[in-house]
Amino acid sequence: MRANKDIKSILFAGVGGQGILRASDIVCLVMMEAGMDTKKSEVHGMAQRGGCVTSHVRYGRKVYSPIAKKGVVDILVSFEKLETLRYLDFLTPQSTIIVNEKEIYPPSVNLGDAQYPGNIFETIKNIFHLVKVVNASDCAVKAGDIRTENTALLGVLSSYLQIDLSLWEKVIRKSFPEKTIAANLKAFHMGRMS
Amino acid sequence: MKSLMSGNEAIARGAYEHGVRFASGYPGTPSTEIIETFAVYDGVYAEWSPNEKVALEVGIGAALAGAKVLVTMKHVGVNVAADPLFTVSYTGTNGALVIITADDPSLHSSQNEQDNRNYAKFAKIPMLEPADSQEAKEYIKLAFDISEEFDTPVFFRTTTRVSHSKSVVALEKPKSIGDPTSIQFNTAKYVMVPMNARVRRLEVEKKLQKLKEFADNFSENKIEMNDPEVGIITAGMSYNYAKDIFPDYSYLKLGMVYPMPEKLIRTFASKVKKLYVIEELDPFIEEQVKAMGIHIIGKEVFPYTNEFDPGVIESSLKGEKTRALRLADLAIPPRPPNLCPGCPHRGLFYVLGKLKAFVAGDIGCYTLAFMKPLEGLHSCICMGASIGMAHGMSKALRGKAKGKVVGVIGDSTFIHSGITPLLNMSYNKSDAVIVICDNRTTAMTGMQEHPATGYTLQGEKTKEINFTELAAALGIESVHVIDPYDLKSTRTVLQEELLKSGPSVVISRRACVLFKRREKDERKPLKVNADTCIGCKTCVSLGCPPISWKKFDDEGAMERKKRSKKQKGVAFIDDSLCTGCTVCQQVCKVGAIIER
Ligand SMILES: Cc1ncc(C[n+]2csc(CCOP(=O)(O)OP(=O)(O)O)c2C)c(N)n1
Repeated sequence: MRANKDIKSILFAGVGGQGILRASDIVCLVMMEAGMDTKKSEVHGMAQRGGCVTSHVRYGRKVYSPIAKKGVVDILVSFEKLETLRYLDFLTPQSTIIVNEKEIYPPSVNLGDAQYPGNIFETIKNIFHLVKVVNASDCAVKAGDIRTENTALLGVLSSYLQIDLSLWEKVIRKSFPEKTIAANLKAFHMGRMS
Repeated sequence: MKSLMSGNEAIARGAYEHGVRFASGYPGTPSTEIIETFAVYDGVYAEWSPNEKVALEVGIGAALAGAKVLVTMKHVGVNVAADPLFTVSYTGTNGALVIITADDPSLHSSQNEQDNRNYAKFAKIPMLEPADSQEAKEYIKLAFDISEEFDTPVFFRTTTRVSHSKSVVALEKPKSIGDPTSIQFNTAKYVMVPMNARVRRLEVEKKLQKLKEFADNFSENKIEMNDPEVGIITAGMSYNYAKDIFPDYSYLKLGMVYPMPEKLIRTFASKVKKLYVIEELDPFIEEQVKAMGIHIIGKEVFPYTNEFDPGVIESSLKGEKTRALRLADLAIPPRPPNLCPGCPHRGLFYVLGKLKAFVAGDIGCYTLAFMKPLEGLHSCICMGASIGMAHGMSKALRGKAKGKVVGVIGDSTFIHSGITPLLNMSYNKSDAVIVICDNRTTAMTGMQEHPATGYTLQGEKTKEINFTELAAALGIESVHVIDPYDLKSTRTVLQEELLKSGPSVVISRRACVLFKRREKDERKPLKVNADTCIGCKTCVSLGCPPISWKKFDDEGAMERKKRSKKQKGVAFIDDSLCTGCTVCQQVCKVGAIIER
């Protein structure tokens, strides 16, 4: 039985309010511009209120399902350290993980009822051979707008995908209001170079 | 031209391309963006109605005048609209009427998981179901054509995954159909008294027979013959999941899930060796296929609950678990949704939680207050239920209810279905207290306008309903307005009202922190003075995201001074999140929370 093996899957994970949906939209648009079929899926609603957010992006010749099954995701882009752990079952040891250094405490940790797990990077580096740790807020601050953290992470992602740089720039230009385009492009490049 | 669109955007676009210029609805995840997208197209009329029943009745009126009408709601909205729904299939629709029901398998943002395909059968209305955005755009046009051709309302079912996934859509030029409206009198068809309805009842059955024949030839009920060993009957998003895993099996994909194409199903069944039906939630297709005397495997192997994904389909069909990477014993703290920093609901529910009353709750952001640490809400059934329930509970408890029963309802929810039960409270001499959490918007579903915000869907100024006057007109004599950022007066007013006899209404008014027209106030983030903090965790018990509590042995807190032997840590406020609402400052007993 031939499953759809030529389809690539990227999973974005993080916390409501981190700009995950915008970032995954951009990837999808880039793939569309690159002439591929593409689909994405996420759940709105309750998740916006500070809960976990995930977004699946899939692309290839012909994509049926907008969500990937466990064990087939090629790249996990995690906007928050702890959230990385929640979705490891979507990956294989050959998958790439891009992880933001940021820590956002869940309520139980704020209340002092639970511990924010330590050694997250060590844990995942033991299983996955490609783990890229990024300080996205650093890029964003240097780019001049703290809200460009998500674009910085896209920059990192872009360095693992064989897509023309001009397509990324074109889509980024179309995706943000005029006055924040420069900062977003800067953050993107800083991520890409990091 | 190609565009990346969500299913909801594609529905709006398809309707517009097809000449539809009229839409009504009430917000509800996952349906909300359809009307929001439609409303900005040129030359359309679109409205948020106060609830789904009104939205459908508005739609029926417009359709009888000859318009092509789109009515949108989430799955539970159809329950509210069910009364007109079951009879509009009798009257027919003159122009055209398509009703969107956006179902929510897995209850991502709903109170139940009902499968609204059952409504199609129950109300005798045909139903289409697309699998992605391109299909959503094509099928919505077909739905309008069927409505016109058969003079019947048509259901259009989506699920969360279809509504909110995005995929590539080919745009077409919108067509203009001129003005199709006029007044048409036809009492035999539109006055559903028994004498007329009995006649129309027969018409409905005749129509359904014709629709069955239509279904057998409908272009979107498609057989894809591949490997004849396994045949799969499916519809909607499940088709995509199945194709992802089993691209080589044979398929019968149903674009129309009611009525079903019996001949086509028999043909397909005769061509394959083993027949499966893959459908989320109820065995809707399965039972009908089985009733045809055809052997088919469905819920024997597939789950009844929750949405599917490619993995679920693979493991159910193969009868084995998908192998997935496991991390041994990692405790991952959960991250449930929470009220936002500075949310006005927080202060109100902090006070309610301390009153030890039963708080009959309702649906909206404030429902989240049931969770730890606020725990200030004790029931949630459906929109509007809080008021009737508080009244019923108070009556049943008699004397024991004194000071102990409160109903809490959001402003949009009150408009949706709170007015009638409030009238009931004054009529039937209730003693309960009702709190309207008036955050000036429909926050849960993404900030929609409603009659008490004073603005229309398009953002135009309109008559603003005044809750104080409305409550008074309904016969409520005791009506108070409070500011939930002011804990002391909130507590005082609630305590006083709870002790009074007779019904009362408290309006807790403060705009949502995400609200677009919120007045600019000069609030600054607060901080904890670590030298005064006694580590008592009272501020932490507000559950406000910027406030955390750090144990002394945690890094950084070590050097800080202990105020007492027992003190184990200090509170901390993240200034990048704090909105400066001051609620934590008011609960701090030692004045340790101060301005930066
Ligand atoms: C019959 C029905 N229609 C729609 C919904 C979706 N829905 C859930 S809460 C809500 C409105 C919430 O607004 P409001 O009462 O003002 O409370 P807020 O979220 O602003 O606190 C809506 C529309 C629903 N659950 N049931």
